[in-house]
Amino acid sequence: MTMFEAILLTVITASTPLLLAAIGELVVERSGVLNLGVEGMMVMGAVMGFAGAQWTGNPYAGIVCAVLAGMFMALIFAFVTQTLVANQVASGLALTLLGLGLSGMLGEAFVGQPGIKLPALDIPGISDIPFIGPVFFGQDLLVYLSFALVVAVTWFLFVSRTGLKLRAIGDNHVSAHALGIPVVRYRYLAILFGGACSGLAGAYLSLAYTPQWVENMTAGRGWIALALVVFGSWRPWRVVVGAYLFGAVWISQLHLQALGSGIPSQFLSSLPYIATIVVLVLISSNRRLSLINTPAALGKPFVPER
Amino acid sequence: MKTKLFAAAALALGLATGAAQAEPLKIGFIYIGPTGDFGWSYQHDQGRKAIEKALGDQVETTYLESVPEGPDAERSIERLARAGNKLIFTTSFGYMDPTLKVAKKFPDVKFEHATGYKRADNVSTYSSRFYEGRYVIGQIAAKMSKTGTAGYIASVPIPEVVRGINAFMLGAQSINPDFKVKVIWVNSWFDPGKEADAAKALIDQGVDIIAQHTDSPAATQVAEERGIHSFGQASDMIKFGPKAQLTAIVDNWSDYYISRAKAVIDGTWKSEDTWGGFDKEMVHLAPFTNMPDDVKAMAEETEAKIKSGELHPFTGPIMKQDGSEWLKDGEVADDGTLLGMNFYIKGIDDKLPQ
Repeated sequence: MTMFEAILLTVITASTPLLLAAIGELVVERSGVLNLGVEGMMVMGAVMGFAGAQWTGNPYAGIVCAVLAGMFMALIFAFVTQTLVANQVASGLALTLLGLGLSGMLGEAFVGQPGIKLPALDIPGISDIPFIGPVFFGQDLLVYLSFALVVAVTWFLFVSRTGLKLRAIGDNHVSAHALGIPVVRYRYLAILFGGACSGLAGAYLSLAYTPQWVENMTAGRGWIALALVVFGSWRPWRVVVGAYLFGAVWISQLHLQALGSGIPSQFLSSLPYIATIVVLVLISSNRRLSLINTPAALGKPFVPER
Repeated sequence: MKTKLFAAAALALGLATGAAQAEPLKIGFIYIGPTGDFGWSYQHDQGRKAIEKALGDQVETTYLESVPEGPDAERSIERLARAGNKLIFTTSFGYMDPTLKVAKKFPDVKFEHATGYKRADNVSTYSSRFYEGRYVIGQIAAKMSKTGTAGYIASVPIPEVVRGINAFMLGAQSINPDFKVKVIWVNSWFDPGKEADAAKALIDQGVDIIAQHTDSPAATQVAEERGIHSFGQASDMIKFGPKAQLTAIVDNWSDYYISRAKAVIDGTWKSEDTWGGFDKEMVHLAPFTNMPDDVKAMAEETEAKIKSGELHPFTGPIMKQDGSEWLKDGEVADDGTLLGMNFYIKGIDDKLPQ
């Protein structure tokens, strides 16, 4: 394997959790809901994914547990913000704090225990193609799933009728409601989908990236995912570009350091953030288009008139 | 009926006075990471638990975890002081100035700051001579490496970490003068994913041994997966790298913490600086594994020599990175220079972040 391939492999590993969480949050925000609790849902996914794998000895059971944990957290958020119509920003921040605390408590017994790594799934035929095969098709289930989710979400939002309704709600929930679209039900489902994706991202951390449980192991990745959605102007493929760009610069700067480039490491460490923001702002710089993409009802509470 | 009531009253009174007599010493801890990091903060928390175990009802401990260095730290330390803690351990270098500030406001509270160098009448400092362990692992690395290059995952450029890299390199150079080390600064104490990425980058660039000054077992796990060797940090990480780990530098705060808590209870506490190494068991090495017997024997010998004081890792001649002389032949570095170390020794290619 060449150096380039080796680097590309680590880039995929670094980008996948960001992409998984971001694609879920994108759907949530397209429905007009701002859930700042991604970090909390992700870390709960990480701990429950690890726990599930330990209990059953099967990493796939861990993934299921992680998805359920993410959805459970999302359900709390949905209930508070949609049924009780509480402030979304405050509720999302609270969800993050809750997740970080709760996961630390639940995971206490797992600290210092090596985990079970999610196996790579080779796809017969395709995995043998030089270069593309080993890099893109020697991955584990969650990486494939992240690609599949991007395609599915793009189709759902921009081709399917239900997706159109979801976007309509995100732009103007009052009009959508008047048209007879069940706003709250759509939003509940979108939030739950977001929770499931964050749970997957968490599972990727504790089962594939670093198969172990340590407290706060998300280390801010939930926040990066949130930023990717905004800077990617709510377009799935831009979010992919953002996530992979972030991962690529993240890994390259480590390689630059190991080569002894002499560039201050603090600057290199901040480079992924700078590069991603600059590039995404540039590709989203058409003001008219970005206004069309922004869900107009984002973060606004909706109380159906009875 | 009356007697019963009397008895109850007497019992209640007795309980009340009993409680007043043995009012426990309240001890607070501030950790930089979560207690579940299995590294630095985990080991400090083990020390806290050891106090509780050793002193039982005489003490009551609380801790605040994941407290960032900076303004938050000052607030958190003050909170512990206001809550009636009479002994407070602040366990990260960056808590130095906040600790001193709060200590000024609470003269009757005793503070213990780890790895710092500023003291006051009610502020002691303590640290561990981890560099003694790093010298030994440097020697092991030079013996075990086939490529003659080790990777070093460094956290944040503070003297503690710089000193560790220098000690590691001095140990390695004592075996192989041309030994190389590649350093990656992750600029964080805690991000398992980034630590794993750094380990992968180093391995992809051809190192076959990884040392780390970051707190999670992620790098050891990567080393195991890629079939190379590594050294654990803060805790024994052998479970994460049964074939990879050569040894680990293990922190041991328990004895120190118990003695300081006892000193406060006895009224003998005074401000001082404690810097213990192998001699005081504040740092020790996990069992030497995955290495031939001669390397193991060499490591054990070096460890014993450092412990007895026969060998000091920072003994001249040592040149600074730019080739200028730091220590003359036979000269031993003084603790002040070591505590504030902000330069590399000769042979390290990395440029020290300023």
